[in-house]
Parts: sequence; structure tokens; C-alpha cells
Amino acid sequence: MSDLFEDYSAAAGRSGAYDEMFAPGQQARSSYGQVAGALRELSLADVTARADSMARTFLDRGVTFDFAGEERPFPLDIVPRVIPADEWSVLERGVAQRVKALEAFLNDVYDKMAVVADGVIPRQLVTTSAHFHRQVHGFEPAGGVRVHISGIDVVRDAAGTFRVLEDNVRVPSGVSYVLENRRAMAKGLPEAFGQQLIRPVEEYPRRLLSALRKTAPAGVDDPTVVVLTPGVFNSAYFEHTLLAGLMGVELVEGRDLICRGNRVYMRTTAGEQRVDVIYKRIDDEFLDPLQFRSDSMLGCPGLVNAARAGGVTIANAVGNGVADDKLVYSYVPDLIRYYLGEEPVIANVDTFRLEEPEAREHVLDRLDELVVKPVDGSGGKGLVIGPDASRDELDALRKRIIADPRGWIAQPVLQLSTVPTLSGDKFGPRHVDLRPFAVNDGDDVWVLPGGLTRVALKEGSLIVNSSQGGGSKDTWVLADSPQVPVESIPRPSIAVRERVSVWPVESNWRDSQKEQQQQQMSDAQEVAANA
Amino acid sequence: MLSRIAESLFWIGRYVERADGTARILDVHLERLNHLPMEEQRSVAQELLAVMGARPQSEEFGLDELLHALAYDKHSATSIAGSLGAARENARRARETVSSGLWESLNTTYYGLNQHRKDVVGTYRFCNWVLERTAMVSGLADTTVSHDESWLFLVLGRSLERADMTARMLSTRDVLSAGMSWVNMLRCAGAYESFLRTRRAAFGDQHAAEFLLLDRLFPRSIVYALRDADDCLAKLDPSAQRVGFINDARRIVGQARTFLEFHRTDDLMSELPEHMERVQKAVSQASDAISRKYFNQADELAWVGEVS
Repeated sequence: MSDLFEDYSAAAGRSGAYDEMFAPGQQARSSYGQVAGALRELSLADVTARADSMARTFLDRGVTFDFAGEERPFPLDIVPRVIPADEWSVLERGVAQRVKALEAFLNDVYDKMAVVADGVIPRQLVTTSAHFHRQVHGFEPAGGVRVHISGIDVVRDAAGTFRVLEDNVRVPSGVSYVLENRRAMAKGLPEAFGQQLIRPVEEYPRRLLSALRKTAPAGVDDPTVVVLTPGVFNSAYFEHTLLAGLMGVELVEGRDLICRGNRVYMRTTAGEQRVDVIYKRIDDEFLDPLQFRSDSMLGCPGLVNAARAGGVTIANAVGNGVADDKLVYSYVPDLIRYYLGEEPVIANVDTFRLEEPEAREHVLDRLDELVVKPVDGSGGKGLVIGPDASRDELDALRKRIIADPRGWIAQPVLQLSTVPTLSGDKFGPRHVDLRPFAVNDGDDVWVLPGGLTRVALKEGSLIVNSSQGGGSKDTWVLADSPQVPVESIPRPSIAVRERVSVWPVESNWRDSQKEQQQQQMSDAQEVAANA
Repeated sequence: MLSRIAESLFWIGRYVERADGTARILDVHLERLNHLPMEEQRSVAQELLAVMGARPQSEEFGLDELLHALAYDKHSATSIAGSLGAARENARRARETVSSGLWESLNTTYYGLNQHRKDVVGTYRFCNWVLERTAMVSGLADTTVSHDESWLFLVLGRSLERADMTARMLSTRDVLSAGMSWVNMLRCAGAYESFLRTRRAAFGDQHAAEFLLLDRLFPRSIVYALRDADDCLAKLDPSAQRVGFINDARRIVGQARTFLEFHRTDDLMSELPEHMERVQKAVSQASDAISRKYFNQADELAWVGEVS
């Protein structure tokens, strides 16, 4: 191994986490064989040059996220995260299972609440959730699906076991980086693609569009799908344009839409055109000023009524937030058993429910050893990592927990697994998580092979969010059999026809005669012509 | 297509062409300005800015301020940097509609704006670079975007702005009448060689003005640009082919073009300022009419309740 990995095993030993690339003793795991081989051939100058050119491409292509009003490229590291086929098949099953359970839970919660009547979860838990919206109670959405798109965050603990960290069934973002990262890596580290069978990700937009069309309101033959974005200043705007572009549908803002008679239309140059399916990328609170925040400039009045009347499909459905409430998360294994009659494929992270007095007392005693999260947060907002927090922060947290125990959960600090990541002039272990994406068309849950691997770029940091100094890695799922499609370079099979049309200047006899005459005029010129 | 996107495309066309036109005008006039004595330089700089449609920000307005105002000021829609920035912002909002080649060339241009020295010599290079980039943007727009409605809006914006820019270019002749030759004017429009080949030695102010105003084959002439705009409008709204025009924009553009085309050219030179004024007015009216017809949005959220 080149000196880029010189201090790696020492650094990996300090963190005590599971390393995805190296088994103890700095032996590359078999899934990483190809990557290790490719990196071995590279010098520091090669690696930096490639990393720079990848960053430059991202800026030119506008692969950015908006941070405090500024467009920043999303840092992509040159070492991919590789998931062997057998591990992936477990993840795939686990993610699909979870999505099905959450779908069933949402249908139940906005209907009869059998899950409460049967004593699986307390009624109060559902009704106190900030994202339980009574506005959408009591109707089945057009198309019958609530969780069209989901992102289930998983991490690997120190023992190497995958666990689910949280569910995102409202507006999961990040899939655009999965698509862009693969394109960038094909240019950044082409050697590693060589003989390995890597499963492609480019299918995603097609799958998404077909799922959206399939869940259109009944009776629409050729549904019109749109992506609804809050606008150009949203941090995920790039993703909205990419998905709309790849699906070939319009990207609309709230002001482009109008609801009339429980149908939704968009304003076009040819007048108003009916919209059947809305892929909603704005928060529920801003969607419909008639039902939610009346000061919202982002949404369109009347959308919820239109959805209730079955005139439009909104994906994901309004009110999904109750399912990714982090307190509900702690019940998901029970929900899987209740709705599907199966054991969970991927375990949860142990979670303390702070409403239970014993758990709360236990947690308050050990605040400095635990991670405490707000139940309705996303993007790492409000999260406190006990060992890294100051005494003042912990005291403030303690007060807030006592004031609102429903608002928080606590979990042990997980040593997320690490992957080598370029930092300065060498590779060091950095913590990663993984967000696989699932698309549900009502009949079947399809999980995108791979997903977004986010990496904390600071040594020892466990916070991977892009808004807090995180980057990403391309995620490769290896194929174990030739049955599944893989990334491949098409073989050249075209017959060569040696015919290039030219008008050969030098073969024109007049030109060559003239040239001779001109050459005789000066010896010096002759030398130049023959040289 | 969405009205909002159509509007963005129209303005991409306009802004890119504006950057191109401004770079051409600036490039040629810088050469002249450099030779003038300090006092005259000041007044000419101010007049030049006025022709481009802006007012000096401060009393002290000289060559450096002119460079800033026409080339580097990112907050002004008159400057090259401002136009290209605005074009890129519009493309960012219409990114799923335009081709990635077009978007990337605008985005790369935007990031390249800062990489030039902002003195006189640097500005020459800057102008050249801008001409290259805008040519690339137009080329990519023509070769990588389907020539459907979206492209028509882009070309419509481009043609209108081109007519406007050529009119401004011709108006600048007034500003520098002492010494600003028609050769420079033709070079400015990139028309010098074409003009020589058409008119051979018949060289005079009258002929050059005619060429830039009325030539039916040279693409930067006003008549050519207005005809392009008219074609786009006709394709965008193919209704009403038999009698008259319902479309305000078509009427305005058509009137402006025919007025020029069918005008007696004997007294062209004396009437030039008047013509230029008319063309610029027509362009701005046409632009308004187009927004009214195609881009009009209800600004406020309105809720229309159930019908029954």
C-alpha cells in the first residue's frame, strides 16, 4: 500500500469503529479488493489532481446545495463505499419491510386507528405528534399510496451490525447526489470499475416516474406529473431540477399552480393544464395556506381539498410526518410484527423513551454519555451528543427534557463505521452513514441499489449532515450473479468503415505545381518546406 | 410549457445577447476613449453610459467608472457581468428545461467572470472572452435544444435584444462623432468583411448605416433581427393567419420592421437618431406585449372554490 495509507491503522485503532475497507491488521476486505488495487497505483499528486477535477466538475455542473444563501459544491470523496452483495440483500429486504410497515401504519392512523385499539402504541403518542395532521384524517389518498418515496437511514455499529437510525417518509432528499456521484466517480476512479460488477443507479428516475404515474387518480389515462419545489433558494433545489429534468416533467412552484373545483392546474403558455400527480418537495406546513400556515407563499390554496376529493395525487401524502416521529420510530419493530407478522430484518438502535419515568431518570443521570435528539427534527438539527457537549449545554438540555419529555429521545453514542477518506495529504478513517432510497408504487417496494453515503469530514466527528461539514461518497453495491444488471462499458461491435470524407488540398495538381514554383523562389523557403 | 419557464428562456436570450452587444460596443469605444484628453473622456464616458440606458451613480464618472458600470458591475442589468449573472440565474430556474450543455456553459461563464484584470488592457481581453462565451452559449442553444416552443422564446428574446443593441450601437456614433469612423462601427458589429464584400469600394457613411440597419442578409442588421423576431412570434401563435393580427407584439415588431424596410434611404443619415429611437421603443413595447400575452401570472395566490 502506498504511503497515503501510512498512519491509517493507528488512526483506525484510535476510533475503535468498524472499518468498511480494512479488516484489523490493514488487510483490505475482499469487497474492496479492486478499489485497494486502484488506489495502490496512485501517488498523492494523482489523487489530489483527481479530487480537484471532480470538485471543479461539480461546480460547473452546478451540483451544489444552498447553504446560508450561498451555493456550495457537495464534497465527494474519491474512495467509494462498497457493499458486498450478501450484505445488500439483507439491507434491501429490511428497508422494503420497514416501508411496508410504515405505509400500513399511516393508513391505519388516518383511519380507524386499530393499532391503538389493539394496544400496540398509546393513542396519546399519535395525537401529540407535531406532524399528525387532522386535516387529512379519514380519506384514502388517490392512488392508494402514502409513502411513495422514502429514505431509511442505517448505520453500522462497532460490531459491524447494520441498524436503522431513523426513517424519512416526508421529503427524503439526497438521491440526486447518488446519481451525480456515480457519474463523477466513473471519471475520477475509472480503474476501480474494471472487472467488478457494480449495480447501476441510473434506473431511479424511471422507476420514480412510473410509480408516480401508476398512483395517479383513477380515470386518468395519461397522467401529468409535476415536481413541486419551494424555489431556487431551497437547499435541495439542485435535486428538484435534476429529478424533474431526468423524468422529463415540469418543475413547478406554488405560484404556477391553481386549484379550481378540486382539480389542480398549472399556468402554461397555452393556458391552464390539468395536473394529476404532484411530487411534493415542500413541507406539509407550507403546502396549503387554507389548511396549514396561512402566511405560506410557497404552496397553493386548495391542494388538500383537491387531494381529499381524489382530484390529485400528492406524493408523499400529507401527514406522513407522524410515521417518522422519532418516538414512533422506537415502536417500529412492534409495528412490523403487528402489521406484517414478521420479525424486523434490521434492528433499531436502542432508544430511551423519555416519557417513561424510569428511562427518563436513567437518561438524566447519564446525559454526558448519550445522544439526545428532538423527535421531529431532521438534518441533525437540535441534536446533542453528550460526550462532546459542554456542561452549560447539558444543563440547558436537561431543563428542556424535563419541560417536554415527549419532545426528545435518547440513544447510546454509536461509533459509526469508518471508510478511508482523503484529508490533506493522506487517507484517514472517517465515520459514515447510509441512506438507501425506496420507491413504492403500491404493489411493490423497489430499493435503489446503493444509496447516499454521507461522511463526516472531520476526524472523530459523528455528524455527517451536509449543512454541518459533511461530504458524501459514491456507494457501490456489488452484484454476485450475472442475473442483475450491472454498470458496464458497451463493447465496441461496430464494423469499421475506412472512409473519411475530405477534400485533399495537397493532391490538387495545380496546387502542387504552384508550390514547386513558389519554392524555387527562395532557398530558405525550400528548407522550411522540406523540414 | 410553464409560463414562468418561458419567461426565463426569453430573458436568457435577451441577457446573453445584451452581454454580447455591450462587449462589442465597449471594445470598440475603449480604443477611442483612450486617445481623448481627460475632460473629454469624462463627458464621452457619461454619454456612452446614457446610450446604454443607465445614469452615472456619482459625479466623478471617468473611464474606470465606465468600465465598472458596463463590464464588471454585478448588480446592474446594463453591465456584462450583470447580464451574464442574470442569464445564469434564469437558467438555474429553468434548468430542467434547458439542455445541460447550455446550463453548464452559462454556469461556467458565470464563475469565470471574476478571473480578469479590471484595467483597460484586461477589459479588452474580457470583452473578447465574453464574445467567445456568448457565441458558445448561442451555439449550444441552437444545437442542443429542440427547436420547439422553448427555443423559440429564447431566440425571440435574442432577436429583440439584438435589434435593440444594434440600434444602440448606431446611436453611439453620435457620442463620438468626432473621429468614430464607420470602419470601427462595422468592426463592432462584426460586419466589416461582410460589408466590404457586398459594397466593395463604395464606402461611405450612408452605405455603412444602410448595411447595419437594412441589410436583409446580414444577421446583426436591425431588419434581419426584427424579421427573426417576427418569425418566432408567428410560429409561437399560428392562429389568425388570414386577416390582420390579434397579437400586439407581432403588430409592433412588424410595423417597426416595415417602416425601416420601406423607408426611402436618401436622407438616412439625418434621420438616423430618430430611427434608432423608434427601434428601441418598439423593442421595449414588444417585450411588454409578449409578457402580457405569454408570461402573465396572477401575482397573488387566489383560491377558487368548488364550482357546484
